[in-house]
Parts: sequence; C-alpha cells; structure tokens
Amino acid sequence: MSRILQPASERRPETHPLTFRLHDDESPVSFDEYRSTHGYEAVAQALDKHTFESLTDEVKAANLRGRGGAGFSAGMKWSLTMKGEGVPRGYVVCNADEMEPGTFKDRLLMEQQPHLLIEGMILAGYANRAKQGYIFLRGEYHRAAASIQRALSDARANGWLGKRVNGSDWDFDIALHTGAGRYICGEETALINSLEGKRANPRAKPPFPGQSGAWGLPTVVNNVETLCNVPGIVAHGADWFQALSGELSDDGGTKLYGASGKVKQPGLWELPMGTSGRELLERAGGMRDGLTLKSWLPGGGSTGFLLPEHLELALDFDTIGGTGSRMGTGLITVVADNQSLVSLTRNLEEFFARESCGWCTPCRDGLPWSVKLLRALEAGEGEPGDIELLEQMARDLGPGKTFCAHAPGAAMPLASAIHYFRDEFERGISRPRGEAHADPIPVGSV
Amino acid sequence: MATIHVDGNDYEVEDSDNLLHACLSLGLDIPYFCWHPAMGSVGACRQCAVKQYKDADDDRGMLVMSCMAPVKDDAYISIADDEAKAFRETVIEWLMVNHPHDCPVCEEGGHCHLQDMTVMTGHDRRRYRFRKRTHRNQNLGPFIAHEMNRCITCYRCTRFYQDYAGGEDLGAFGAHDNVYFGRYEEGTLESEFSGNLTEVCPTGVFTDQTHSDHYTRKWDLQFAPSICHQCAAGCNISPGERYGDIRRIENRYNGDVNGYFLCDRGRFGYGYVNRQDRPTRPEWRQRSHERALAESPTTLEVDAALDCAADSLRGAKRIIGIGSPRASLESNHMLAQLVGEANFSTGIEAGELTRIRRMQALNRETGVATPSLREIEHADAVLVLGEDLIQSAARVGLSVRQAVRGKGAELGATRGIPDWNAEAIKTIAQDAGHPLFLATPEATKLDGIAAHAWRAAPQDIARLGFAVAHALDPTAPAVADLEAELARLAERCADALLAAKRPLVIAGDSLGDMAIIEAAGNVARALARRQKAEAGLTLIRREANSVGLGLLGGESLDWALERLEHGDADGVVILENDLYTRLSAARVEAALTEAGCVVVIDHQRTTTWERADIGLPAGTFAESDGTLVSLEGRAQRFYQVFDPSYLRPESRIRESWRWLHALKATLERQTVETIVLDELTEAVAGVAPALAALHRNTPESLFRIHGLKLAREPHRYSGRTAMRANLDVNEPRASVDLDTPFAFSMEGYSGYREPRREVAFAWAPGWNSPQAWNKFQDEVGGHLRAGDPGVRLFPVQPASGDYCATLPDAFARSEHEWQIVDLPQLFGGDEMSRRAEPIQARMAPPRVALSHADAARLGIDAGAPVSITVGEATFVLSARLSPSLPNGIVGLPAGSVPEAAPALTPGTIRRGRVAPGARDIGTGEARS
Amino acid sequence: MNQTTADDGARIASDAFALDPADREAILEERSHYPYPQAASIEALKIVQKRLGYVPDGAIPAIADTLGIRPADVEGVATFYSLIFRQPVGRHVILICDSSSCFLTDYEALRDAFIEHLGIHMGQTTADGRFTLLPVCCLGACDRGPAVLIGETLHGPVTPEDIPKLLEAYP
Ligand SMILES: Cc1cc2nc3c(=O)[nH]c(=O)nc-3n(C[C@H](O)[C@H](O)[C@H](O)COP(=O)(O)O)c2cc1C
Ligand code: SF4
Ligand code: FES
Repeated sequence: MSRILQPASERRPETHPLTFRLHDDESPVSFDEYRSTHGYEAVAQALDKHTFESLTDEVKAANLRGRGGAGFSAGMKWSLTMKGEGVPRGYVVCNADEMEPGTFKDRLLMEQQPHLLIEGMILAGYANRAKQGYIFLRGEYHRAAASIQRALSDARANGWLGKRVNGSDWDFDIALHTGAGRYICGEETALINSLEGKRANPRAKPPFPGQSGAWGLPTVVNNVETLCNVPGIVAHGADWFQALSGELSDDGGTKLYGASGKVKQPGLWELPMGTSGRELLERAGGMRDGLTLKSWLPGGGSTGFLLPEHLELALDFDTIGGTGSRMGTGLITVVADNQSLVSLTRNLEEFFARESCGWCTPCRDGLPWSVKLLRALEAGEGEPGDIELLEQMARDLGPGKTFCAHAPGAAMPLASAIHYFRDEFERGISRPRGEAHADPIPVGSV
Repeated sequence: MATIHVDGNDYEVEDSDNLLHACLSLGLDIPYFCWHPAMGSVGACRQCAVKQYKDADDDRGMLVMSCMAPVKDDAYISIADDEAKAFRETVIEWLMVNHPHDCPVCEEGGHCHLQDMTVMTGHDRRRYRFRKRTHRNQNLGPFIAHEMNRCITCYRCTRFYQDYAGGEDLGAFGAHDNVYFGRYEEGTLESEFSGNLTEVCPTGVFTDQTHSDHYTRKWDLQFAPSICHQCAAGCNISPGERYGDIRRIENRYNGDVNGYFLCDRGRFGYGYVNRQDRPTRPEWRQRSHERALAESPTTLEVDAALDCAADSLRGAKRIIGIGSPRASLESNHMLAQLVGEANFSTGIEAGELTRIRRMQALNRETGVATPSLREIEHADAVLVLGEDLIQSAARVGLSVRQAVRGKGAELGATRGIPDWNAEAIKTIAQDAGHPLFLATPEATKLDGIAAHAWRAAPQDIARLGFAVAHALDPTAPAVADLEAELARLAERCADALLAAKRPLVIAGDSLGDMAIIEAAGNVARALARRQKAEAGLTLIRREANSVGLGLLGGESLDWALERLEHGDADGVVILENDLYTRLSAARVEAALTEAGCVVVIDHQRTTTWERADIGLPAGTFAESDGTLVSLEGRAQRFYQVFDPSYLRPESRIRESWRWLHALKATLERQTVETIVLDELTEAVAGVAPALAALHRNTPESLFRIHGLKLAREPHRYSGRTAMRANLDVNEPRASVDLDTPFAFSMEGYSGYREPRREVAFAWAPGWNSPQAWNKFQDEVGGHLRAGDPGVRLFPVQPASGDYCATLPDAFARSEHEWQIVDLPQLFGGDEMSRRAEPIQARMAPPRVALSHADAARLGIDAGAPVSITVGEATFVLSARLSPSLPNGIVGLPAGSVPEAAPALTPGTIRRGRVAPGARDIGTGEARS
Repeated sequence: MNQTTADDGARIASDAFALDPADREAILEERSHYPYPQAASIEALKIVQKRLGYVPDGAIPAIADTLGIRPADVEGVATFYSLIFRQPVGRHVILICDSSSCFLTDYEALRDAFIEHLGIHMGQTTADGRFTLLPVCCLGACDRGPAVLIGETLHGPVTPEDIPKLLEAYP
C-alpha cells in the first residue's frame, strides 16, 4: 500500500540492501524470488562460520543502530543478553507494532518482503541463543499479517525454521503474534507484557529484557527495519555496512527515510544514513502548491519540532540529537505555514494522552491536563500562566521522571513547539486568570 | 551495610534496601503511594523522587525514584533539593487533578495517606480548572464500600488483592486516565482478605462498609491494643469505639504475627459486641419445684445478683466450674480459684482437649520450633496435613502464600534482581514457587499455588504424613500396605522438605483427628533428626485461647457433665461457653437439669445463658482485659477498649474475672477487695511452668512514659464534654483504669518516639493513616522498636519422646455408612463472629457435601435434602455436590450447623447414615 | 468498558453466556502456542469478538475458565486494548486515523464528514447496526493521509466526497 518512490531500476543490491528486491507494483517478494536473489544465504553462512559470539561481534562492529527510534546499537544489545551455560534459552522478539505518528516503513517491509525480516530474526535468534522468535505485529496490519504468515510457512517448509535449521543442529522457530491496539505496545517492555497476555504496562529497567524478558527469560527486542539490516551485514560484513553511509554519517548502513504531511509526493526512499532533510523534502517534490515550510518533525510524533534551517543537517541519531530533538524513525512530517502549531501540538498530545498506559502519574494525569490547556489556547480561552504551566509539564514529563519513554516522547513536541512558536501560543490567551467559563470538550476516551 | 549521605548527613543503612525504604527507616520523610512495606516497589506513582548525585563533587544530580533506586555504598542523595521538592509537589498536583477533594464527606478523612502526603509535599493550591473524570461505583458486598472517583491509581489494591492475597476477581481495567479498579463484574469480593483493601488503599476508594453504617472519624474513636478473638492465630487489632459501640477494627502492626494484614472474619466479625440483645444486667430465673426455670428472667442489681448466686451455690454440695477457650487465661484461672482446681473443667470436649494437649506436647517435644507468622512466610517448603488453612486460620494461610511466593526472591537473586523490585520478581518467578503440599478432604483456596494438592480421607492424610516421616527417617514407623501412589507422593514431599532450609509442617485439629496430629509430629521429629535446625511445626487450634486452656490444666467438658449427671456435683459456674455447641443438646440439657444451680457468665444470649439460674453479663474482648495464647504459643494481652458503663450507666457489664472474683468473695462472705489484672496474670504465671514467661508481661499497669499513662484516644478527640450531656450536663471524670497503663482519655502519651510495645492507635505527626506504623518500627516493615507484643511460651527445646507408632488403617469406604468430616468455615465457623450481620451475609448456607459419585448412588441432586443420622441424632441439610471430596465421605460445615455439632464431636472416626432427606431443611437455609 | 452497575438484564445475559465449542477449541489451540496460558488471553478475546463482533460480559469468566486464569486479568486485558470491543459494534467498524500526518492532511474535515454522513458521533454505532465510527492511532499510511481502515481494508487518501461511494462496498 505504501510505496517506495525509487523505481526498481534505481535500487541495487549493493546500495539498497533493504529494498532492491521490491517490485514497483508492491506485490510481495516470494520465497523463490527471495532465495534466487541470495536470500537466506546469510543464515547458511552464519550457521556455518559463526559462533553466537562472533555473529554478535560482527553486528556490533557494523554499528547498526536500532531503527525503532532510540538508536541503541543492536550488536551492543545482543552482547548484553544473558546466555551461556546454565542460562535458559530465551526469545527474540520483532517489534512490529509500528504506531508512531508519521511512521510507515515497517509495514512496507513486512507486506512486501517478509523473508528479509525472517532471515534477520533467524540471525538474531542464533546470535542470542534464543529458542523461539515472536513477531509482535500490530493488530491493524492485516495485509502484513497474511504476508508474514505465508512467508513463515514457506520458510518452515524449506527448512529455514523449525527443527535443525538448514540441516544444522540448531532449532529455532518464529510465531506471529498480533496485537489488539495501543501505541504503548511498541515500548519494548510493554510489548513483552502484552505478548504475555497482560496489560501493556512497561516494566522497570533494570532488569533489562536481556536479563529477564518474556516469561522471565533472556529476550531481545528489535525493530523490523533493524532486523532487516542484519542479513546484509552478515553476508557482506561490517565494513561494507559502514561504507554504505560513506561520509554522510558515522552511523552505518542505509535507512528507510520517508516524508509525509504537506508535501507534494509523500513516500519512502532507501538512502544512505545521514541523508539530509532537504534531500527528503526535494525527493517528496517540495511543499504542496502555495505553501511554504514552517516546521518539521524529524522522525515521528515523539520527536521535537525543527525549523527550516535545520533541513541541511544530516538525519542521523547524533546530529539530530544535537538540536535537542531526536532522529526517531527518520520519517519526516512536514508542516506548512498555514498550520497552527497549537492545534498540531494539541493533536499530538491528545494522541499521547489517549495512548498512555495509565501506569505512572505524570503521563496518566499530566498529559490530559496539557491537552485541556492546549484546547483552551486553541479556542482562544487560555489564561495567563497556561504557557508556563505547559512548559513546566514538558519538563516534568521528561526522561527519568516518568516510568517509560512514552511521556518524554510527548514532552518533546510540546516543549519544542512552545520554544520555537511561543507567539502562537500567546495568541491563545484572552482572558484574565481564574475567570469562570464553559468547560472545553472533555478528552474522548476510547 | 552501606553508608549513604542524605542532605549532608551520613547514615548506615541496609545495602539490600532501596533508598525509600532506607530513608523511611531512618525516620526521614519521603512521600510515596505505590510502594508498600509489605509489597515492595513498582515505581508507578513517581511520588518518591529524590535527587541522586554521582559523587560528592556532582552538584547537578539527577532525579530518581527512591523506591526503585538501590542503596549503594557512598551514595549522595538529597530529599530537600529544590527540584526534587518541586517535582514531588507536581506529582501530587497531578494526582489531585481527578481527585474529588471530598474530604469532608469521605470516610478516609483523618486516616488518609493521600491527605498526609498532600500536606507533606506542601501542595495547597489548585491550578487545574477543567472538568474531572468520574466513575461509577460497584456494590462489592457487605464488607467493602467503593468510591472510585477518589482513586489515585497507585495500583496497590490489585497488587495486594491478586499478588499478595491470591484473589481472582478484583483487577485494574481500562487505560490512560481512565483506569478503574474493581471487580470484573459487580458483586461481592471473593477474597477472604478483602478488608485489607481499606488500609492498603491510600485514599477513600475502598472503605469499611461495616464502619460506614455507624461512621466516626479516626480521631474521635477510642482505641486499645487488642487481640482478635475470632480464631487461634492471635492477630493484633485496634478496635475503635464511640458511644459504647465498636465502630471498626483496624489492623494493629505486630512484626512477628500479622504484620499489616488481617482476615475478614477478624476485621468484620466484631458485630456481636454491639448486639442489642446482649445481656447488660444480671438475670435471675426462678426455679419451680420441678426444677423448671421461669420463662422470663428478672433483672438484678450487682450485689443482689452476687448474693443470689452465692446463696444458691452455697446450697450445693459440690460446685464445678466450666471454663472456656474463648475466655482469657485470667478469667479461666479465676474460675478455677472459685471452684477449686479439682473442680475445674476447661469446657472443651474430651477428644478435642486430648488433642490440644497432644499438640502442645508436640510443640515442645519434637525438637523443632513453632514459627511465628513472619517465620512461616520464610519457609521454603511446606507440608499441610488436613488443614484448609484459608478456612481454619486464614491469616496463617496468607503467610503460607508468602512462603510459596518467596521462591521469586530466590530466583531474582540469581539474576541480581533485588527482592523489593516487585514486578521484576513476579516476572522472573512466573508461576514458580517454593513447594507446598496440601492434603485435605476437599479443594482449598491454596490449591492453585500448591506443588501438589491431594484429596483424601483423614486416615489417609495421616498415612501420608507418617509415610513422609518414614521417608525422611527410616527409623520412623513405616506405613503398612502403603499404596504406590501415596508412597510416591510421600517421597516427593520428603525430598522437598529435605531440600529446604526452612521446611514447615502444618496440621491441626480441624478434622478432629489425632492421627493427623501424630503424623505431623512424626514429620517434625524426623526433620529434627535430619538436622533441619530451622524446621517448623505449626499446629492449628480452633479457638482464640485453645492453647491457653491446654496449658492451664483442667478437666474436659464431658467430665463436667458426668459430674452433674451422676450427681457428684450440683452447682455449676459456666464461663463464656455455650455448651450446646460442643456436646449433644440432650446431654447438656440433662446435665444442667440435674444441677441445682447454674450460674452463667457470658456476653451473649446463648442457649446456655437461657438455661441459667443466674446470668452475669460479661464484657466482650472490647470491654475487658486479659491474656490469650495463640497457636504460636504467644501469650498476648488484650486491653479494654471502653468502659461500658460510662455512656450507659445502666449497664452492669463486668470483666468475667471481676465477676468471678466478686462471686468468690461473696461466697466466702468476705468483702470484695479491689483486684488488679496484674495480680491475676501473676497468679496464672504461677500455675504451670509453661506459663511462667507471663511474668514478663507484668506489672503492666504501672508502665508509664514520662510519668504519663498511655492515651486511648487521639489527642484531637472531640465531643467529650458533650457526649454524655443527654444524661448529665456535668461531665464526669473519665473512668479510671487500674488494670492497664492506658487511660480512657486523650490525656496521656500517644507518641511514637518513646519505645512501647502496646500501641492503641498508630499516629505520628503528619502520619494519620495506617502507614504511621512506619514510625513505630525498628526498620520499616520490621519489628516494633520496643519489641513486638507478646511473649512466646514455646521456646525450641531439645527433642524428647519418641515417634508415634500407632498408625491408622487406610480409609475403606463402607457400603451403607459414610464417614463424616467437618469442613472449617471462615465465615460462620466461629461462634461469636457469626452473630455479626456482615458475616452472616457472607456465610454460605450450611450444606452437606458429597462426592458426585456418592450423590449419584443415592440419587441426590445438588440442593436436594439429605438426612444424616449419627448415633441418636438425625438432621437434614441440603446437598452440595463436591467435585473434590473422596467417595464415602460427607463433609459438614464446621460450626455452622448447631444440630450437627454434637454429631461431630465424639471419637476420631464418625460414621453416619446418609439418605435422601424426607423433610425440608428449615433452619440452615433460613438463617443466612 | 462496562463499568456500569450491571443491570439485571445484563446479568441474566452474562449468566447465560456459553462459549461456542469451536471458539473454545480455538482458544485451547492458541493456549498451546505459549509457555503460559495467560498469553492466549488477547487472542481468546479476538476469537470471541470475531464471532460476535464484540466481547459480551459473560465471555470474560468463560475465557478465564477455559484458560485457567483470573477473570479480573481477562477483563483487565479486554478493557486495555483498543481493538477489543466490550460493547456491541456495527457490522463494519470504521477506524479513522487521527494522528499527526493525517491531521495535517485534513483528518478533522474527514471525520466531520463521516459524522455528518452517518449521523453518529465518534464511538457510536448507526441505528441500523451497519457502522461504528472510531478513531485509531497512526495507521502507518501517512503517505496516503487521511487514511481510514474499514474492516480489514485500508483506504487513503480519503476525501469527504469519497465517503458515499466508499461505504457502498460495506452493506
Ligand atoms: C512509547 C513507545 C513506543 C514505541 N513504539 C515502537 C514501535 O512501534 N516500534 C519499534 O520498533 N519501536 C518502538 N519503540 C522503541 C522500542 O521501545 C525499542 O526501543 C525498540 O523496539 C528497540 O528496537 P531497536 O533497537 O531495533 O530500535 C517505542 C518506544 C516507546 C517509548
Ligand atoms: S510514561 Fe508512564 S503512564 Fe506513560 S506509557 Fe510510560 S509507564 Fe505508562
Ligand atoms: S513510591 Fe516510588 S514511585 Fe511510587
């Protein structure tokens, strides 16, 4: 359904490891096709020449940073998973809960090329000595579910999953688990609770999932795109991966970048890590007619707003991190000058308030209040002090103060919107403090 | 140990703690909600934030949740830091966003943790100007009222209810700012520990419904340290009184015994104290020449009653006394003094008395300790023989649950997860637990966490125990013809007990079977011989002072009735005992008719009371003082909560022992001297060596702090000058209490700084809720600083005596007879609490339980009448089909069917005939 | 979720609930996929919902019983997840993405058009039981915003004018 906007002719195995097999008509890459384009060879290679440790080291050397948004080194995470004598074999879990506003990359990979993900998971399973993999797929992705289900049975039928993977003495299988909604399921520990059939409240860290994850066993959680990068690394080596991004970034590899919002041609591209926002905007055909760029989100709703001047920056974790925002998922959301930032921020905070799991106080009770304040400002019914209150909330919803990263994610756009567009918020203040007035609309609860 | 630096001061703290626990234990105040000393940390509320610095030079620091931050040696933290303070104030402000601020009408007001924490953080201005979220409430049954709008979403209720107490029906529903705590559908809460929600909930969501019916603020209640009289576990309670009624019962912290939690029978069963039909004045029934008692009694004044009783007793050639296992040691002792030790009966049926004495001997002889409830929580393998603990001693069952859960902490330790990290421990544990083996006739509520739950007849349960003992120590007698399945189970139990460091055996008297008790004794002896130095033996007794009576000496009830029947004695004084619940009505009736004079001292209008020539109105636990001995062998003092005659001058209620003392003097034609409880307790201590440790509880009455007595009333107690104004505009002096260090007043010491073991109510400046107990403990959740109340009478002794070698044959079902077992009942199984309305509302209608196969054989459907004939007695109950009861056995609810009670008592194996019932079953069904 | 004081009608219905035998089988089959039965609880709810369109009160204890887990946990899960419906819904559930990219591409106008066209508010079901209107998190179709998921089919971009034709496919 979503499209990679580079035509097949532009996508080469050497430069587009994630997408070179994709068809222009969006039909899924079949098992046979995948095999005939060197698919699953990385698994064969790994089983042949790698130990658990050496495979992990290879991924660590490639400096593959997590594509789920936090950018944590995948190899590093794997090296921290408890394994070895006496430790029971645990799980690898693919985080396919993609619900970050503005993000539509994992769905494309799963719908159109599920074998790449499966191959990546087998490799992750091997490196982490897991006994079982789960793909935690959000419930709304029906097409991806069908595609994955089909691919799993093809892979199993061909000996890549199940007992004695590809004739080795190593057993590993993958099951598809579909969710039932709720953005918070994407938070890796909430995801594990959800997998266990519980309410998706996050878990405290430590212990990290690698110590005690699903059902108390060592567990690795990685994003779809992260896992899709692993076969390439194993097949071609860490250096090759590093070189993909060339001079553009210290982070290796390519990235599925995208743009949506008020652009002419929203879509996705596989580009070297560190490609600039400017290039994405250009590839998206620029702003829609008659509009100019006012602001943009670098990688989903939980990242901070940036200004046009930031477009020249490399879109990688450290560079964007340096602005006070976050690279997030790397799919930019483009905001035009006719858009009220107060309304957009209100929309984002409504999202975060509704999707809060309800476990910790700041997020559960703070976010809905911020929504009410934003609605008041949006309706021109703000009071003096409201903006300062919002700023205080943005601070007190920050990292370390809440139980998980959901609320800090909500705080980012809030703080940055006020920081860059304070005057728009000030325009919402019309009344003296404390005067009685009609209730704004209550938060909808679903 | 570790050193931490808090706001510039250095402290030594336990390095296995988290910072919140450590700081609270130091007496430093940090506000918190989701953390609870008994339930650990989950980091949800974010209220306990403090600043933590990397080292002495770091001046920026970082906010951490103190409950989730482990103590590290040389850690620098600040509670007073501005950012931390501001954040804590913001958290309270957020919690208050949806809180209705309805303190004036909220029943939590005045003992509310949320109020305390709000004041502590300094939050006093509302900035939120929008609409609040509201919820609908549920009807949760007779015990718990529900007001969800007050919820601050700390998750303590579900964590207690599900994780700690194993409940299934209460949970957290919804998400984001619409989280709802309640039942999955409206209805009565199923847990036997639901009452603790009222204390675990930091605000007024779950409050005491029984209290609501006659509500009084905490500060207007008069309290005393008391002991629950509703079973033998010996939980410490704080009953609160106003206007002469008990208004509610709160948990009283005892670090060795009940900790923070009570069962619902104990908490909600107090209604018998307030019953309108209680005798409050002496009653006299004239006898006709045919010895028949007059229909309606005449009330007498105290002196007249004493004279009257003394006169008629003087006419008797021999007077015997029948004591009671629900009365204090002091009252029983005073009775023995009145009638002479040779004429004293414990009031306990002969079989039960033998078993009580045997249990006591085993507690001394087997060489293993009798653990406290806290020690039970640390057992790492438990074998339960014959006891359905949740029904027979619920609080013990709750401790056994914690023992099983203890495995989580052990597993956590292998991966570096501290035991306070509650959710992480739960994750690592999944459903692993320390092994618990249960052998009972019918399914129990602990089955779900048992390694194995086995259903069997009492004989077979005993055989399992004997087989386990033999498997542990081959010199223990072997069980003849042991079935292969049973042998395997015995091996498994033995292996688990041997593998454990702190194995525990639990048995008791619920099934009235000596063989089970002996079997447990053999297991304990075998553990001692296998050098299990930390092994434990817990033996459940039925009543609050069963153990005490066993220690005091005295004959059985059967003996007493025989004396009367045979004319050996013709005067009898009966103390707080309804004989009709213990032996067959016909027999009791006959014996009492034979007696020339029957004096009954009790606080309830029992059948026995109605049979008295003279009835003397006694105080309940709330109106008297005394000592009880719990099943742990812990002698504990309970204190009078209020003086019944202060507000009701017409009342002539006295402590039983005071009546007995006065009666003795009157009988001996002496003037009635003032007596102080301490003298009596001293005297009891001299009765038997086993009781000598009671000396350590006296002289209690002279205990003072800074020369002050201890206050029974909070210092904000109001209305004192007005509360008696309907009687007299002059406020009389407060009643004087010579028996205890407590005053019937708010004057006196009620602080926490000076160590004292007996605390009427927990209060410290800024801490009005039950969390104020923190301030009285050596370490939060530990022991009271002055030591936990009570003295233990069963110290571990070297093993003596030998294995029991009389082993029962396997149960064989017979064609035409059924073996009867009584199944203990938490609600309804206790003579006193079943007089309380809320308990009645929770009592299951009494039914006879049969296996499905037996019911089919008899052609009986569920609910059909069944007639049961035991000896002479026949009664009819409706049938309950039990999926777990073995064939050939029928189960009767213990204590709930007075008609059945006599049938249950004699002998070890009671057999009876069971047939489809002919008539309708009037009584049982109608009662509830 | 149903937090209301259950009226007698609801009670009787809940008492009368029995799991369809095929659903029971399917739930037991799901249970076998995981090391602990609770993991199958969400799937179990989905199984019931697939047949009935929603999860009636009586299904909660029935599922708990089938899986051998606490009814409170089943209800906890049933009321947490947004795709489990604890009240009856229409034959077709229309999930309108209300997240930022769709917001920027005029989600609010589209939502209002749906509301007007169907004559119901968000969260409601049409009187003929045909449609239920609900918001949903970013559907991962930001390049086609505003996006709508009807049943299992994703549509986007959808304009207010498209609505009548679009809904024809859903009788
Ligand atoms: C509220 C929240 C939602 C998240 N949602 C997703 C998600 O949908 N998909 C995802 O891959 N990561 C998501 N994450 C990030 C994950 O927690 C985790 O970092 C990621 O799955 C790790 O994989 P990676 O290292 O391969 O990126 C989310 C994090 C938070 C705090
Ligand atoms: S920040 Fe707190 S309430 Fe929000 S999603 Fe995370 S744990 Fe839940
Ligand atoms: S008490 Fe520490 S977060 Fe709640």
